[in-house]
Amino acid sequence: MLRYTVLRTGSLLISLIVASLVIFFTLEVVPGDPASFMLGINAQPETIAALREELGLNLSPWARYVGWVTGLVQGDLGVSYTYRTPVAEIVAERLVISLPLAGYALALTILIAFPVGIWAATRRGSVADISVMGATQLGIAIPNFWFAMLMVLVFAINLRWFSAGGFPGWDEGFWVSKKALTLPAISLALPQASILARVMRSSLLDTLDQDYIRTARAKGLTKGQALRGHALRNALIPVLTIIGLQFSFLLAGAIIIENVFFLPGLGRLVFQAISQRDLIVVESVVMLLVFAVIMVNFLVDLAYSWVDPRLRGRR
Amino acid sequence: MRNLVLGLCLTVLFVLGALVSFVWTPYDHAALEIANKLKPPSLAHWFGTDHLGRDILSMIMVGARTSIAVAIVAVGIGIGLGVPLGLLAAAKSGSLLDEVIMRSNDLIFAFPSLLIAIMITAVFGPSAVNAIIAIGIFNIPVFARVTRGAALSLWTRDYVLAARVAGKGALRISVEHILPNVTNLLIVQGTIQFSLGILAEAALSYVGLGAQPPTPSWGRMLADSQTLFMLAPHITLFPGFAILLTVLGLNLAGDGLRDLIDPKLRRGAR
Repeated sequence: MLRYTVLRTGSLLISLIVASLVIFFTLEVVPGDPASFMLGINAQPETIAALREELGLNLSPWARYVGWVTGLVQGDLGVSYTYRTPVAEIVAERLVISLPLAGYALALTILIAFPVGIWAATRRGSVADISVMGATQLGIAIPNFWFAMLMVLVFAINLRWFSAGGFPGWDEGFWVSKKALTLPAISLALPQASILARVMRSSLLDTLDQDYIRTARAKGLTKGQALRGHALRNALIPVLTIIGLQFSFLLAGAIIIENVFFLPGLGRLVFQAISQRDLIVVESVVMLLVFAVIMVNFLVDLAYSWVDPRLRGRR
Repeated sequence: MRNLVLGLCLTVLFVLGALVSFVWTPYDHAALEIANKLKPPSLAHWFGTDHLGRDILSMIMVGARTSIAVAIVAVGIGIGLGVPLGLLAAAKSGSLLDEVIMRSNDLIFAFPSLLIAIMITAVFGPSAVNAIIAIGIFNIPVFARVTRGAALSLWTRDYVLAARVAGKGALRISVEHILPNVTNLLIVQGTIQFSLGILAEAALSYVGLGAQPPTPSWGRMLADSQTLFMLAPHITLFPGFAILLTVLGLNLAGDGLRDLIDPKLRRGAR
């Protein structure tokens, strides 16, 4: 287990370094001069030169890259070109919305998908199974931002159970804020829960066909006991992999859903930064999201090598 | 089989709509008629009109072109680059090259297409072409993985051994023997990626990173409707259903094709 963890950590570090190189050189080197962008086309050359000096743009790309990465490691993401405040502060303010939103959506995804998947698998071929699988096909095909708009129409405008958008802030109390995130989280969770329910069902069906389940049943265990005691844990490996992959879709999806509900999270920050050409904010947010995705996949890898020791020998 | 027929019918319906829009639409999709704005569905305007009085059915028909074009080219990029990489990785399985290709794929997987689109847009500005590139890049590792996985098992077959004995090199074997045998799988994966491409294009256009006005796009129609759909829900419902039914059709067709190609799956209805 230790050797596997060390090898996997090495590969994690290489992935992070390559990702940071890709992000930095795509955004910093290709587009030209951020100082000119910031000051507009009528700016005096001396003003541009002074700003370039201030932003450290006169250094070589490599020196700037090393500076950026060193800053990232120390939690210093630089200073926003437009807001003139540390990027880390702006990102932290927005993260307290985006991260709970993605986490809430992930929790809902699991809470919906597990029972639905298990329920359908234990009723294989029945009308209930076919109906549930049909519903998951719809769930996968529905664009989540459109589903979000429909939910606003029904639950915020017609029924008035929730607000149509905005975020009161965590200072207003946990439940008030959680309520504001409920519709966005459901819209994010629905397509992912549909995918996960299908994976759960399919994985459980494979497991239920195994000889050891038949042996367990022959020993006198009820269907439910065999399911809880033997099948579920074994069916969880592919499900865990998919949950890891889904986290990246939830984070990226959160960026879009924030637009529907006017939530001041990372998504709105990054779109504002793009329109203002605030590249340092864009690259920090993209790096942060990629870091989150790579870290989650790393943790999932470790988790399932812990669940299934046979996987430790591979790769 | 039912899935396949239903899926193909839905897909054909939207492809036909897009093709017909080149020669005929009920109204000019770009014609503004402010006096007629936000009209609900009627015999004159089957799907109603939007906030500028444009005919929604005509816009959906023309928007289908954008969605389908973006998704097709993005799948093309995925197949064009991903399949050769997958074949190469399988042919050199276990080598450093295989490792480099597969680890690079893992890395691209860490960038959801939205993040790639954000980076490209930050550099070059928003456009449908950038959406194609973003979705296309995300498709590359998908096709590389599928191809490599299938090709690896084919490399152990007797007919490949026979080809090697006959003196054929790895490149020729990959092109002449492996590729034709993974084509079915690629068609199925292509259908799935095509539907994901339509969803991704809609999402990118919705947040302003995809097709720009005046190019009609389903995602943009939804974005335009966002502040008005409380007054006139139809301006949100129809473009949304267009996306939903197209993606559903492609997914059902993909599932149906997979069952047809791999009959083992059919009985269990997995």
